[in-house]
Amino acid sequence: MAQGPDTLKVNERFGPHRGYASGTRLASNIEPDRVVNTHCCFCGQQCGIQLKVKDNEVVGFEPWYEFPFNRGMLCPKGVKRYLQGSHPDRLLHALQRDPAAPGGFRATEYDAAVRVAADAIARIQTEHGNDAFAVLTGASLTTEKAYLMGKFARVCLRTANIDYNGRLCMVSAAAGNKLAFGIDRAANPWSDILKAEVIWISGANVAECAPITTEYVWQARDNGARIIVVDPRITPMARTCDLFLPVKPGRDVALFNGILQLMIEHDWLDHDFIEKHTAGFEKLAEHVSTWTPARTSRISGVPEKSIRQAAEWWGQAKTSFLMHARGIEHHSHGVQNVLGAINIVLASGRIGRENCGYATITGQGNGQGGREHGQKCDQLPGARDIANPEHRAHIAQVWGVEPDDLPGRGVDAYEIIRKIDRGEIRGLLSICFNPIVSLPDNNFVRRALEKLDFFVSIDFFLNETARHADIVLPGSLHEEDEGTVTQTEGRVIKINKAIDCPGEARQDWRIIQDIAAALGRPHGLAFSSPREIFDELRVASRGGVADYSGITYEKIEKQYGVFWPCPSDDHPGTPRLFEPGAWNPIATGAGPFYFPDGRARFNVAEYTPPTEDVDQEYPVILTTGRVVSQFLSGTQTRRIGPLVDQYPEPRIEMHPQLAESLGVQDGDWVTAESRRGDCTLRAMVVTTIRPDTVFIPYHWPGRKSANQLTISAQDPISKIPEYKVCAVRLRKAEHAPEYAEQLEPQQG
Amino acid sequence: MAVPENMDFFIDPSRCIGCQACVQACGECDTHKGHSMIHLEYVDRAQSTQTAPVICMHCHSPTCAEVCPADAIKRSADGVVQSARKPHCIACSNCVLACPFGVPKMKVELELMMKCDMCYDRTSVGKKPMCASVCPSQALFFGTHEEIEALRPQAQSINRFRFGEQVVTTRVHMMVPESRPEYVDVTAAMEAGPTGRRIALSVIGTSPRTGE
Repeated sequence: MAQGPDTLKVNERFGPHRGYASGTRLASNIEPDRVVNTHCCFCGQQCGIQLKVKDNEVVGFEPWYEFPFNRGMLCPKGVKRYLQGSHPDRLLHALQRDPAAPGGFRATEYDAAVRVAADAIARIQTEHGNDAFAVLTGASLTTEKAYLMGKFARVCLRTANIDYNGRLCMVSAAAGNKLAFGIDRAANPWSDILKAEVIWISGANVAECAPITTEYVWQARDNGARIIVVDPRITPMARTCDLFLPVKPGRDVALFNGILQLMIEHDWLDHDFIEKHTAGFEKLAEHVSTWTPARTSRISGVPEKSIRQAAEWWGQAKTSFLMHARGIEHHSHGVQNVLGAINIVLASGRIGRENCGYATITGQGNGQGGREHGQKCDQLPGARDIANPEHRAHIAQVWGVEPDDLPGRGVDAYEIIRKIDRGEIRGLLSICFNPIVSLPDNNFVRRALEKLDFFVSIDFFLNETARHADIVLPGSLHEEDEGTVTQTEGRVIKINKAIDCPGEARQDWRIIQDIAAALGRPHGLAFSSPREIFDELRVASRGGVADYSGITYEKIEKQYGVFWPCPSDDHPGTPRLFEPGAWNPIATGAGPFYFPDGRARFNVAEYTPPTEDVDQEYPVILTTGRVVSQFLSGTQTRRIGPLVDQYPEPRIEMHPQLAESLGVQDGDWVTAESRRGDCTLRAMVVTTIRPDTVFIPYHWPGRKSANQLTISAQDPISKIPEYKVCAVRLRKAEHAPEYAEQLEPQQG
Repeated sequence: MAVPENMDFFIDPSRCIGCQACVQACGECDTHKGHSMIHLEYVDRAQSTQTAPVICMHCHSPTCAEVCPADAIKRSADGVVQSARKPHCIACSNCVLACPFGVPKMKVELELMMKCDMCYDRTSVGKKPMCASVCPSQALFFGTHEEIEALRPQAQSINRFRFGEQVVTTRVHMMVPESRPEYVDVTAAMEAGPTGRRIALSVIGTSPRTGE
């Protein structure tokens, strides 16, 4: 039923086409009607930006120098983000599947489309049970929308099966932080990077994925810091770092264990901190005793000398900041990698103080806020646990329902796809998620989506997944709504509305409420503004770990953001967690960490090889990631012409040694093949990658998609997929792929 | 209106991450909307991720203006070398060929040379240029000497460059290591191999194809 229409025809009708500046946007000295202080719509840095508005169109930007995090700085995505508006591909009407129509969809009246969606939801839930209808959401939604999606699923649809694309992004860090600290948020504001003596960066291509963080790291270097970068590629930041550890993909935890072993051997430990503020060190120390430098080197692929040097610098530093990102998190043992990183931080005692920090760098715009307030399958607002009776009772009371009426834990986003494949889930609502590009083994994902009885998608462009929908409802762009997001530091900031939705498009939260009303289940879903939603969210979060109750839109504006927890109106927020003497609702004064005894936990971090290691048949490691000019599945950035032109199509990065063994030169077509699919791309032959590893950026769909190859193995705790390691074999392609003649670079 | 005397431009290629935010932002400036005047290139991508951003260096005695037969290029009193003036420029490309830094671009469709004018519409009214505003690594920095000296104690700025027999002094400064030479000898540097740290990954591991 939900088989997608012909790719070329849908491309022609719905894009992606490349949008460029024209008309007013190219004219000089246009006096804007207004300039709106807001933030970039893309990554977790959430840079402040001013949008210039003329005649209900965003015509350009101006740096927002006063916003303290980025002080006017922007990456190329932020500079050109305004081109996503007034775009020829913008959905201006609701769409209904119609194989006879151009591109496979015909425009339909909005109310009628909502009616069709509501009737299909009711029918599926009546026939197959409430859980047979699932909801997929995203971490680029504002916190208000994320909160509303969780409430919509639990109160209106009463389905357990809601999960979000943060499952692809933040969950390993979140799970590791909760195991070690009892709370999931960057421990420190970025200002603590500046005067740290050692900066340790593991699995984070900072320059391309979190560009603004670069300036913090460089400033630390100018202040005398040593920079240690751990990565299988010499990223732009690694190029001039003080120590580069070229880790073999999937072996980070081995490296962290080896570092800790050397810290113990040389007594580079903060005994006082370990004794007073932690638990579990002896057991961990016993575990890492086997991680000798020789063994660590053999497993991790990092030379022993470099391991010793890193341990010495890390061990002897007075101040430090350790950060990591998806490079250590996208693994079937991603949580173990995170725990390994946290262990060397805790053993050093350098956390919770000025210039002593630790953080994961969030990926998505609301990667932090989007994972706190109930769109995760196991979570209720305020970072509460859906399986905890007290937590359920609190939220049920706020929502005006009985605790027993709240569904229990659902399954993670990939398991939702598997349940669709098995026929257990028959209907799907998706917003802010493009799983057919972004999930691993996406040929399987496509086949599963084709089995749905009914699929409704809410989006502003027809993304590749929405092509399989029965109904598409035209949602809102970032600049067409207001609300809060929580950026990488844990700073809650305000997105401000710049323009009205065009055509029949409307704000996402209104669409959700319209569906609830059409279902005849409007209870608790009759908000008239994002502010109203936020005010209820504040109440719902009160007393929880992620306590937003003291945050208001006005306080955010006045303070340039408010760091949660902020438990009362007169509370300024909490930029730095875990400061000595800090109070929290779990420890209630016993200590700074979020456990009843106030102590952080050392956790044994077990090394296991990747789920699919290389072998004779598939001898090369594939790892995936981002490029600076594209963002995630590219729904927006593959429609912004200047960003497409900067890096038009995916290339397969390989070392000259590997290229030579394949008879491949730079620019040649190469076919990469895994047990799940194949992909033919041009080679980029560079010495900046390990010879045993190839890299493909994942922003493209269809035959250009890296996720045709990746494996759907998941971490047992966090359920994050293993995007960073699988096994492939390579061969020089005999001729260019069919798509080379048919598709524009941004299309797939 | 003029660019304040104490405001200077500093380039630090060691900070550049090649993200092209400057290239993308340059075309957003009102004085040359839609045209990016910045050159940002990989030095040798096969070997390194190193990139180098080049804006107009705003020479004290601008070669581009000296070779212009139409007197189309003016250096204003605040030291900014302006883009070619439309009625005067005859699109002869003398400036493009003569500039030692390779900055001017000939816009054939406009029959006009265009180059970085330090975002004159912004800098002449006290704002920062677009590129230095957005640069996420602050490889491009616009501010005072006092500011850059406080922020970057391990580097020195230099504004003298030697090209063969020609020594050029510029309003824009380049950040160099502390041991400050009298000038940057660009011609000599072009002949020299890479210096400093170099990370080689080719020694790692086994042959991926054979697994040995």
